[in-house]
Amino acid sequence: MREVVVLGVGIHPFGRFGDKSAIEMGAEAVRMALGDAGVTWNDVQFAFGGSFEVDNPDAVLGRLGRTGIPFMDVYNGCATAATALELTADGIRSGKYDIGVAVGMDKHGHGAFTSDPVHYGAPSWYGDAGMFLTTKFFGMKINRYMHDFGISHETLARVASKNYENGSLNPNALRRTPMSVEQIMESRMLNYPLRQYMFCSPDEGAAAVVLCSAEKARQLTSNPIFLRATALRTRKAGAYEVHSSSTFPEHEPAPTVFASQAAYEQAGIGPEDVDIVQLQDTDSGAEIIHMAENGFCNDGEQEQMLADGDTRITGRLPINTDGGLIANGEPIGASGLRQIHELVQQLRGNAGERQVPGNPKVGYSQLYGAPGTAGVSIVSL
Amino acid sequence: MPLVVPFAEDVFTWPSDKPQLIGCKCSECSAVFFPEQSACGRCGSTAVERELLPTTGTVYSWTSQEFLPPPPYAGGETRDTYQPMGIGLIDLEGVVMVEARLTECDPDRIHIGDRVEMVIVPFRSDDDKDVVTFAFKPV
Ligand SMILES: [Zn+2]
Repeated sequence: MREVVVLGVGIHPFGRFGDKSAIEMGAEAVRMALGDAGVTWNDVQFAFGGSFEVDNPDAVLGRLGRTGIPFMDVYNGCATAATALELTADGIRSGKYDIGVAVGMDKHGHGAFTSDPVHYGAPSWYGDAGMFLTTKFFGMKINRYMHDFGISHETLARVASKNYENGSLNPNALRRTPMSVEQIMESRMLNYPLRQYMFCSPDEGAAAVVLCSAEKARQLTSNPIFLRATALRTRKAGAYEVHSSSTFPEHEPAPTVFASQAAYEQAGIGPEDVDIVQLQDTDSGAEIIHMAENGFCNDGEQEQMLADGDTRITGRLPINTDGGLIANGEPIGASGLRQIHELVQQLRGNAGERQVPGNPKVGYSQLYGAPGTAGVSIVSL
Repeated sequence: MPLVVPFAEDVFTWPSDKPQLIGCKCSECSAVFFPEQSACGRCGSTAVERELLPTTGTVYSWTSQEFLPPPPYAGGETRDTYQPMGIGLIDLEGVVMVEARLTECDPDRIHIGDRVEMVIVPFRSDDDKDVVTFAFKPV
């Protein structure tokens, strides 16, 4: 299979933008990625567009130029952006195309996501009973994890505080005001042990990448960033997942564990080789659990790591350097491409005030969410 | 007396002196699921049989639902009348784990590892009938 390079990245800020449509934001993100890549829309041979709210992401063509290329719309839960990225990469790996675009865009209302549980394969009464909520799943998962591995309430607050601090350094973030551990601990309980300021919010935004075969990239850039791995996995029977009315008494590992292993194998590296990490922090508990599920620590070590500041920008394993979902919110279609945008800025040394010191060379990103789907991508110099 | 009806059909046996959750068991691989479904979620076999589940178990984990769940929640409360509820993942004697409402949501009154039993609790009052649901209560 051919090697793939991330030639350019673009982002429309994440936040709330009144009447501006997700499609406009998507087109802006693509334009920025094209400019960053040094190519034009006419050079692009195919594209994948991801969204939850937009039925037809291919409408960005009307803002970029109707060149007639194949443009495929995808939705795959919280792993939508990782899916658009993987499919675009596969189109190049296979030799079918040389240059493609993956774009994600969304525009959500306020409050937790809601849908018809029947469309998730859950019983119709599951919603009537008040169970069809992702937030209560995250509350239960981290409550058990804290019990089993000695994670404190303060550590949950430390994760959120770190991500707000990183968000304050990111001009594209939704939340740019630092928040202390105490303020977070005093915020309203939503789903024990998770409080208001420990959760991300659905919001609006877009992000895009231009991918290119390594061969072709040699003509276009002297500093390529390689897309070393992309992996997607769904939940196995017996895993305890979002929207599970039942599960087996002995749980299977979460899909992130399998996606992570597959991605390391593809890239030929291990977690010890990773310099900078973007994890799905739907809530601060999710970031803690995902640190272990992706191989960055053993269960329970997070308590000391957070106390020591290991995952801050200046720490030994910076996590969610752009503020993650907690500071950026989650426009589902765009979220994973925001992670890639941040990793590319960091590997190029262009992350400004957020720059991780020591010239990071390997970046890792992970998505997880409803309906129990995970995506992992690895990039490197 | 008003009619007492379950909030949904085929979730638990009703009317009954000792209501039980209605699950199913795969005849091929013995996996158990709740509620009853048409095929096995582990092996795909369509040879699944109705199985009544144990009424006692242990709290594997729990959380509180402090805000009024958005639609399609059908409990009938408003933002002003809603009282937080507990939600747990209950290990039913090693047979299967189910998500269920808890009668408690205060960390001083419910804990991981607590023994619980199934009870039928009020869900909503309609004009002419009382709608009930299942929940688990510490024993
Ligand atoms: Zn089976």
